[in-house]
Amino acid sequence: MSMVDVQPSAAGMTMTPPPRKRVLPGWAIFAIGVVAVVGVLATTSYLTGQPALTSTSTMQNTITLGLPILLCGLGGIWAERSGMINIGLEGMMILGTWGAAFGGYHWGPWVAVLSGMIFGAVGGALHAVATVTFGVNHIVSGVAINLLGAGVAKYLSTLIFAPISDNPRDSPPIEQFDTYSAPGLSDWLGDLEREQRVVISDIAGLLRGLVTGVSPTLIIGILLVILTYVVLWRTRFGLRLRSCGENPKAAESLGVNVYFYKYVAVIASGALAGIGGAALVLGSSPSIYQEGQTANRGFIGLAAMIFGNWRPGGTLAGAGLFGYADGLRLSATPEAVHALLYAAVISAGLLVIWQLFRRKWTTAALAAVGAVGVYALYFATDELPQEFLPYMPHIITLIVLALAAQRLRPPAADGVPYRRGEGD
Amino acid sequence: MNARLRSSLLAPVLAVVVAAGLCAIVLLLSGANPASALGAMIGQVGEGQVAVDIVNSTAIYMLAALAAAIGFHMNLLNIGIEGQYRVGALVAAIVGGAIVLPPVLHWLVILLVAAIAGAAWATLPAILKVTRGVHEVLSTIMMNAIAFGLAAFLIRRDQFGILIGNNVSTEPIAESGQVPGIDLGSRGTIFGLVFLAVVAAGVYGVVMNRTRFGFELKASGLSPTAAAAGGVNAKKMIVVSLLVSGAVAGLVGMPEILGRDHAYTLNFASGYGFAGIGIALLGRNHPVGIAFGSLLWAFLEKAKGALDNEGVPREIATIMQGSIVLSVVVAYEIVKRMDLAAEQRRVGRATGTAVEPEAVK
Repeated sequence: MSMVDVQPSAAGMTMTPPPRKRVLPGWAIFAIGVVAVVGVLATTSYLTGQPALTSTSTMQNTITLGLPILLCGLGGIWAERSGMINIGLEGMMILGTWGAAFGGYHWGPWVAVLSGMIFGAVGGALHAVATVTFGVNHIVSGVAINLLGAGVAKYLSTLIFAPISDNPRDSPPIEQFDTYSAPGLSDWLGDLEREQRVVISDIAGLLRGLVTGVSPTLIIGILLVILTYVVLWRTRFGLRLRSCGENPKAAESLGVNVYFYKYVAVIASGALAGIGGAALVLGSSPSIYQEGQTANRGFIGLAAMIFGNWRPGGTLAGAGLFGYADGLRLSATPEAVHALLYAAVISAGLLVIWQLFRRKWTTAALAAVGAVGVYALYFATDELPQEFLPYMPHIITLIVLALAAQRLRPPAADGVPYRRGEGD
Repeated sequence: MNARLRSSLLAPVLAVVVAAGLCAIVLLLSGANPASALGAMIGQVGEGQVAVDIVNSTAIYMLAALAAAIGFHMNLLNIGIEGQYRVGALVAAIVGGAIVLPPVLHWLVILLVAAIAGAAWATLPAILKVTRGVHEVLSTIMMNAIAFGLAAFLIRRDQFGILIGNNVSTEPIAESGQVPGIDLGSRGTIFGLVFLAVVAAGVYGVVMNRTRFGFELKASGLSPTAAAAGGVNAKKMIVVSLLVSGAVAGLVGMPEILGRDHAYTLNFASGYGFAGIGIALLGRNHPVGIAFGSLLWAFLEKAKGALDNEGVPREIATIMQGSIVLSVVVAYEIVKRMDLAAEQRRVGRATGTAVEPEAVK
């Protein structure tokens, strides 16, 4: 009757569809996706006269706000690939933000990243003890850790930051990383962007955002994407870790210490969420810890992971999408955000064509209705209500989950309780 | 019976002891005396309106925990209570301020509207769950965030908000729609809707244990396959239980709105939803357990102010709540394993075959 009896089949994040064969390699899908997104944005920017959609500052905000989501998503991959659902990413990220502010205030930005990582890892270790050793339902333990993480951060903030910053909810500002710009390239792209030529200026603006004012946190994030891929998919260690997420009993029968791999995975997951918290602190201006700063980004990171089909490249794309929705709000006018509706219409139109091509008539019809509906909304309004703008990523998350959830394949034993020696 | 009672009481007691131990360590580390801190918190109950505040909060937490427990029976984690009660309270306040009906009928209608609005906010996650397989945890978390946006939008002064003093709120509800409380003078006023929570807990207990619906709900939660074989429509049960959970969640804001604020204001309380989830776990989805869990939670919440005088940040109460939830789920798991092992030993003795404790599923 209690929550700890959750049946395995219902505990995964999505229902399990039959396996599908990939027609194209992952990198090709990724490239096509990037081209499609840039194309839609460039077209929208041209047709609605909103250059902010593809400006340098939008891209920079996308990176700043997408990084914490990306890192949480990577954390989600580590945990769930070993079969552990980690809803506690949010709490671990909150711990990471506090740790980063504490370490950063005393010893500078590099220590901020390190201490954020350690604090997140402590949260991960707690989750591991509860779920792996004691077999508590993963989601329940995660919810408890979210409560606990928020409480600990609040308590420590009142205890330690309040005397320094005179505010129990904020930390004093910490030193930021020096940023780097690619010399020459950045200016050349800037010139191109200013010329306002169709498509070329859009691409220049987006690229310039990638190479101007680059913070080491971005480099850390990209390296961690690559590291996650290489470790989990190209090493023996990773194969064993993933086998614990697919079929722990089979892994056990081959002599894999399932508890060990699950512990490593969940602690790594917490550490990544903690680095995400550090990226959030370092990316905000001024760089401070603030109560409520994470604003559900841990959960959005999980959504990015699901969007990315439990793989690093896809998660990167998902984090980019959510980061963009969040970043545009900061750098652009409400009209520019309104223009996103137009982008949604174009995307829905492309979806209609694709579904007609695949002879999926019902989906095509639904997409067409959606496109017309959103266009009507675009036509009838001048701007979206200001109050909803902060929640754009959440709305997009819901839409993405609704559209994508059934085509994805989570690890087979995701969220299934495992106890050594209980095999059939 | 004795063994059952022992195992059902052992876990919460164990959990509270472990959580108290953890907090004592935290208190010692921050240089305070745990005993005097606890003494100060208990002493606080006698001060001013604290005792009445605790009673009122207990009722609110009970409603939130009942909403969570309904989902738990079905293995659904309705994290969305937070958003559902906000939307319920907001819509009910708007409707209640716009209409005037005879007394009693007026507030009954407001309660009904709150429940419907709460259920409506749970509808999308329910539909996404059964048609698209989207996990309710993620969808309801997103709905929570969107509820904040919706509330901020609807309370704008060009929508339904009006300026009273320097606080924006909805149109105040007329006296016919207000629920009178029990006035205890300087001790404060007990909300009339405290009894709503008691009634809700009673109805919940009866429905879960004495009706076909409750049986089907529990059966689907314990074994979806067995329930399906018994002719229970799993998808229907998911939708119904999420909507009922949302409807109860819609009522969470009502004691405060109909008993004290008489409008939805900008500083409407938040956090009851997450508290409700913790309390439902603590009380093991049992109405009496939920009542005691709510009382403990309300005590921690309302008496924590006393800690400031002890030189301890009052936020330690949140740590205590979080560690109680974590210890309680761990404690239940340990007790369950102990019971299982005891059962195996008993079966082994009865049948005369030695059973290895670990080898039986």
